[in-house]
Amino acid sequence: MNLFQELTTKPWLDPTGPGKEPEEAVSLALPRSTVGLRVFLVVVTVLFALFIVSYSDRMLLSDWRAMPEPWLLWPNTLILVLASASLHWATVSARRGRLDEMKTSLVTGGAFSLAFLAGQLFAWQALVAGGYYAASNPANAFFYVLTALHGLHLIGGVGAIGLTFAKLRRGAKVEDVAQAVDLCAVYWHFLFVVWLVVFGLLLFT
Amino acid sequence: MADIAPTAGSQVPPAEVEEVELYHAKSFWTKYIFSQDAKVIAIQYSSTAIGIGLVGLVLSWMMRLQLGFPESFAFIDATDYYQFITIHGMIMVIYLLTALFLGGFGNYLIPLMVGARDMVFPYVNMLSYWVYLGAVALLVASFFVPGGPTGAGWTLYPPQAILPGTPGADAGSGGGIVLMLVSLALFIVGFTMGGLNYVVTVLQARTRGMTLMRLPLSVWGIFVATVLALLAFPALFVGAVMMLLDRLLGTSFFMPTIVQAGQQLAYGGGSPILFQHLFWFFGHPEVYIVALPAFGIVSDLISVHARRHIFGYRMMVWAIVIIGGLSFIVWAHHMYVSGMNPWFGFFFATTTLIIAVPTALKVYNWTLTLWRANINLTLPMLFALAFLVTFVNGGITGLFLGNVVVDVPLSDTMFVVAHFHMVMGVAPILVVFGAVYHWYPLMTGRMLHEGMGQFHFWTTFLGAYTIFLPIHYLGLLGVPRRYFEMGETGFIPASAQDLNAFITVVALLVGVAQIVFFVNVFWSMKHGKLAGKNPWKAASLEWQTPEVPPGHGNFGKELPLVYRWAYDYGVPGAPDDFIAQNVPGTASEGAHRT
Repeated sequence: MNLFQELTTKPWLDPTGPGKEPEEAVSLALPRSTVGLRVFLVVVTVLFALFIVSYSDRMLLSDWRAMPEPWLLWPNTLILVLASASLHWATVSARRGRLDEMKTSLVTGGAFSLAFLAGQLFAWQALVAGGYYAASNPANAFFYVLTALHGLHLIGGVGAIGLTFAKLRRGAKVEDVAQAVDLCAVYWHFLFVVWLVVFGLLLFT
Repeated sequence: MADIAPTAGSQVPPAEVEEVELYHAKSFWTKYIFSQDAKVIAIQYSSTAIGIGLVGLVLSWMMRLQLGFPESFAFIDATDYYQFITIHGMIMVIYLLTALFLGGFGNYLIPLMVGARDMVFPYVNMLSYWVYLGAVALLVASFFVPGGPTGAGWTLYPPQAILPGTPGADAGSGGGIVLMLVSLALFIVGFTMGGLNYVVTVLQARTRGMTLMRLPLSVWGIFVATVLALLAFPALFVGAVMMLLDRLLGTSFFMPTIVQAGQQLAYGGGSPILFQHLFWFFGHPEVYIVALPAFGIVSDLISVHARRHIFGYRMMVWAIVIIGGLSFIVWAHHMYVSGMNPWFGFFFATTTLIIAVPTALKVYNWTLTLWRANINLTLPMLFALAFLVTFVNGGITGLFLGNVVVDVPLSDTMFVVAHFHMVMGVAPILVVFGAVYHWYPLMTGRMLHEGMGQFHFWTTFLGAYTIFLPIHYLGLLGVPRRYFEMGETGFIPASAQDLNAFITVVALLVGVAQIVFFVNVFWSMKHGKLAGKNPWKAASLEWQTPEVPPGHGNFGKELPLVYRWAYDYGVPGAPDDFIAQNVPGTASEGAHRT
């Protein structure tokens, strides 16, 4: 029964039984943690969407001066692609039951993510050195806010990789962490898409 | 893994759902302090929310003292007054009502009512409470920094909120506004952790047979309110972060060009209206974040205590969902006087009036549930009836204010204060009290004292009307809100001051009368009449637990199986006047229902 059909039933008419047994009552055929992550991603999407709406509103005012994007953002984007690919590799390894490969790809994904964060900090440093302070112009301020917010979400993800890896070090088997690895990969792909949107916004406005 | 199998030993095949990894506390600290049990977390949330709510109550007394007897109290100056109104509003809306309905009732009722052992992510649920406590601590800390808490008004409108001259924002001592904004951001982080739990538990952790349309309306109300909060709080977060940066780094997201005392400030070009849009994109759904759980709970109270099935259950569910959806497209009715495009006002007035349709539908359904029902005037029922009347009162004045032409002259008057206090202050608080009287026997195994309860009900209900009805009248006279003192005016009669003094005296008395409620709560824990199992003869699952109060894991060895909805009261041919949700249907029963 789909959701709409379910919401149109008349519960007062159909007590179950006799001879019938209550059916399972799960709304989505997904593990709970997957549903939890998806709900969280919706919240994060709303958060970034509201920042982007604010950005669009603020840029209409006369004092807006578009800021040149540091070239470092391009290699950083590539690094984030590699991080996302590594996490994908980790899920494939988990599905095939290859523990060592999974560990390697998790470490690689984490390392690429840290490299991305370091790259973002270098980009900040370059901008500050060029006199693009947050207080100088709202375009600069939005750049720092959006990249910081994205970076903070990535740091949270690195923490999740760390926890998964710690589980593996305590002797967990591939199947024990496969779902966690899968969720990490989804999260990384999501953050990569968010970065593309943010970078695109900064680039084209 | 859990050591309690969800359906072990059951006649039906094992449910193919994940088991909740029940955490078994091994020490006092993990059982009562850093607990992962939703019931304990509910009590922690409720205690903290009520504790800070009492601070909010005392702040309202301070305001009332000034309004009733201006220039009489040396310890209230204009700065204090603005700090009192700001923190009072903030506490009541966010730190009390939101936290109590979702963190308190949500945590207690959702797992029990849907037939789950606990929330799906208990550790995150525990963190949610501690982050909330941190947010409350920061709010309280703002009283102790130089300059005190912010006095910007609970809407924190820029530019004044962060400029020197506003309490809590003075140069060198303006930590108040910073702490307020950080506290709000922290609250939102904590709520998101809890909110994920409530949503996923309702969607994925219901026991067998508990279809969405068999959920009690309390769960529907809390569920939809949580979804609203998850989608609306980010707007406040965005506003708070950007304002924090305006204050700390000197950015100009919201700050326009300002000349203060002859000096042009470094700010320039920002949009204060942008903040208003963000704030109210959160702020209006916030009304329903508080109201929807109250709607749901009151539906259950009415049905149980009138011994009648809820009228139009499906309509009630759909109305909750539709109200939730519409609440996102009405926000700018709070901004009619902000100078926005008149077409905007037309649009938002229309959507505002449309939202009255599903809301009125709910009121009709509550009334029709009561029609020819076996109404027991128990304390929960009295509070539910009081809610009904109060919500209609507050709702009708909402129709006044939803219209641009009526709102403009009434904007920023005490009429608005009276309206929102009736509709989202008094009404939901009445439901909170009704809910406490209803579920207290489940939580403690004892009944609250009837006499003290009756005294509490009548003083609170009549007292609230004695306070807030005259405030409508003051608003119609043109008495503005947020004024420290009125001085001489040509259009407000001197009698308005007498009325203000009267309101203050009543407000103090009604506030003090709440002591009876707290005495009752603590006294009855030891001395209350033993409740036994299911003293109200309610059909929903929380009353069908093997132990009262419910133990760890809620349902003993086996999870209950659900065979019917939660409102089978007065079923013809049934041995009792109700049938619990976990009682299988019979062949003869079907004939009565067609």
